[in-house]
Amino acid sequence: MDLGYWLPLFFAGAMGLALLIYVVLDGYDLGIGMLLPFASDPEKDVMVAAIGPFWDANETWIVLGVGILLIAFPRAHGIVLTSLYLPVTIMLMGLILRGVSFDFRVKAGDQHKAMWNRLFALGSLVASVSQGWMLGAYVTGLTGDATSTLFAVLIGLALPALYIMLGAAWLLIKTEGELFRKAARWGQLAVWPMGAFLLLISIATPLVSQTIADKWFTLPNAIGLMPIPIATGLAWAGLIWIFNSHQILDNGYGWLAFLALIVICVLAGIGLAYSLFPDVVLGQLSIWDAASATESLLFTFWGAVIALPMILGYTVFIYRVFRGKATHLSYE
Amino acid sequence: MEFDPFLLARLQFAANISFHILFPTITIGLCWVLFYFRLRYTLSGDKAWEYAYFFWVKIFALSFALGVVSGITMSFQFGTNWPGFMERAGNIAGPLLGYEVLTAFFLEASFLGIMLFGKDRVSNRTHLIATALVAVGTSFSAFWILSLNSWMQTPSGYRIEDGVFFVESWWAVIFNPSFPYRFAHMLNASLLTAAFLIMGVSAWRALKQVDGPATWKVMRTGALMAAVLAPLQVWIGDMHGLNTLEHQPAKIAAMEGIWETEKNAPLTLFGFPDEDARTTHMAIKVPGLASLILTHEWEGELKGLNEFEGEHPPVAPVFWAFRIMVGVGMLMVLVGWWALWRLFRDREESSSAHPWLLRAMSIMTFSGWVAVLAGWYVTEIGRQPWIVDGLLKTSEVVADHSSATVAGTLFGYVLLYAFLLVAYIAALRYLATKPARSLSLTPQQLAMDDARTEGDA
Repeated sequence: MDLGYWLPLFFAGAMGLALLIYVVLDGYDLGIGMLLPFASDPEKDVMVAAIGPFWDANETWIVLGVGILLIAFPRAHGIVLTSLYLPVTIMLMGLILRGVSFDFRVKAGDQHKAMWNRLFALGSLVASVSQGWMLGAYVTGLTGDATSTLFAVLIGLALPALYIMLGAAWLLIKTEGELFRKAARWGQLAVWPMGAFLLLISIATPLVSQTIADKWFTLPNAIGLMPIPIATGLAWAGLIWIFNSHQILDNGYGWLAFLALIVICVLAGIGLAYSLFPDVVLGQLSIWDAASATESLLFTFWGAVIALPMILGYTVFIYRVFRGKATHLSYE
Repeated sequence: MEFDPFLLARLQFAANISFHILFPTITIGLCWVLFYFRLRYTLSGDKAWEYAYFFWVKIFALSFALGVVSGITMSFQFGTNWPGFMERAGNIAGPLLGYEVLTAFFLEASFLGIMLFGKDRVSNRTHLIATALVAVGTSFSAFWILSLNSWMQTPSGYRIEDGVFFVESWWAVIFNPSFPYRFAHMLNASLLTAAFLIMGVSAWRALKQVDGPATWKVMRTGALMAAVLAPLQVWIGDMHGLNTLEHQPAKIAAMEGIWETEKNAPLTLFGFPDEDARTTHMAIKVPGLASLILTHEWEGELKGLNEFEGEHPPVAPVFWAFRIMVGVGMLMVLVGWWALWRLFRDREESSSAHPWLLRAMSIMTFSGWVAVLAGWYVTEIGRQPWIVDGLLKTSEVVADHSSATVAGTLFGYVLLYAFLLVAYIAALRYLATKPARSLSLTPQQLAMDDARTEGDA
């Protein structure tokens, strides 16, 4: 077996998986952060309690994703992060503000709580928008011209919509009563811009990148790929149905909304991976060109093979421990 | 005035890492202290230990959050500021950082949730184990990152092909010559920082008269730790110094302000190093002492800075940072012993019994931070102009950003960090002064509280 071929492939897959998990997991807590201003003060506490035990670990997935980029593809890490210097810096400041607000809002005096709530929401919004901006710039090959900037702005607006949907769906799982109904309402509203952005991005991506257009619109590939947009469309329609159906929501099947969103994220991730592969920087660097030395990859590979299942195992354990509604989980 | 983008990149990295290191320094040590509190509670059933745990776990969580978010910044800054480092040394640095993420970050972040919110959801034993796992995670994290940092100081186990580092032996890379010393020095520094933090905050509570039995238990724990660990740190530091002399003599020369190679070299206690004049002005020297400390012989030879002209670190910052670190360390030894003597001999738990000691302890609350920052400045500035000692220069790996971009983001970071630091200390002060139910109860109230919250713990 040719390790020089397979190891970069393994790490590209692991990186994709880590970033996908990041989008779903930190997506819901960033989304809840953005929804915070629309809730009453006692509801805010419940919303924070719904993410309190999880957010630290959720954020670690982006460190793993960027970590793999750095470990396995150091040349790409340099190119990607220097090109994305500004959005990365802004995202980091957003994440910093948001992360510390969790703690400060209950540990500082009550008179400051409103300020930390606002910073929490602001940080979540800033981080989400700049992540979309980064994704947009990355998908267009980090060229930085006018079209790709416009595209980056588009995704910069789309990603917060997705995160808000994830946040609303998470609240369906973790809350009840008035807040539950509010979450359903938020989902009903946000599903439309999210759908519109999904559609726009699907149309715009092949327009801004000839490489991606060729991959999707040549026969027979086009036929084989049809299930991806069709399934995404169905999952989106399902979301509208779930958020509007009293029967589903009132009988405790609200988690179906989160499941539908995971399906959408996975499909989008597959689509993205197909568009980019085998490049790690589109049109510039393939995963094999950018990879570290094989012996370095192999050393990390063994660690990853042992550690990743353990991480997934205790992540599931933590989610089991904190299953159920987050009613009066005190966060101080 | 045009700023040098290289200098700005270094300043930005320094600002980020200086801010970051404050929080892991607390959490690495504090988590083991929390484990001790939790263990004492489990073994004795004394509620005071449980209260101590839940008071300090809040401060731990706050510090941890700041460490996480500033740590995420670090993982990006390697790429945004020093892309050349990852391109050239990525084969070595990458896996070490990778193991940190895989073995430490998820472990800490995941089980922290149980530490904070899991008391009523998991068994007593699982809660204890979760605390231990977070402590192990923080120490693992220190292990990997210090291994990488030490490798940059004393590289070994590598070969270079076309300017790119490749690994020859992972064992030699991970356990490079300075690693055991640096790891021990930093772990102990974290424990000391935590010791002075818990002592200082407890002393503050006693002075504000919001203290309870748990406050004094915590204070005694801190005093015992400080009295043992501060002298231990002096010894580890001495060993670390000998190791540095062997591998990075230029750093030692800068620390001691030694310009010419000499035997029986004097120890400069104080002075103003001047790199242009290549002398130390107004130096107060003790004859022969530098040779004695560094070589353990009066006649030991120490290399001077002039042997490394053009390739030695900036002298004044290293010289000063070293004196600050050692000075704070000596103060820690004194206060640690004083506290041990007073608190264990005179068991009266009131602020009137120890007015001066309590003041001294609360002044020393953040002394660990000062010493740790100064120590890191010694070792990091002391490595310059190299990023990998003797092999790769920092200036070769810097990113090509305009100085306006770097200056702008640097300004943003500094502003944000200043705000967060003020908020952090204010929150600590607020928590410390708040007469928390848990820490302010008298023994009688404790008994009543026990009856009221029966089954609560």
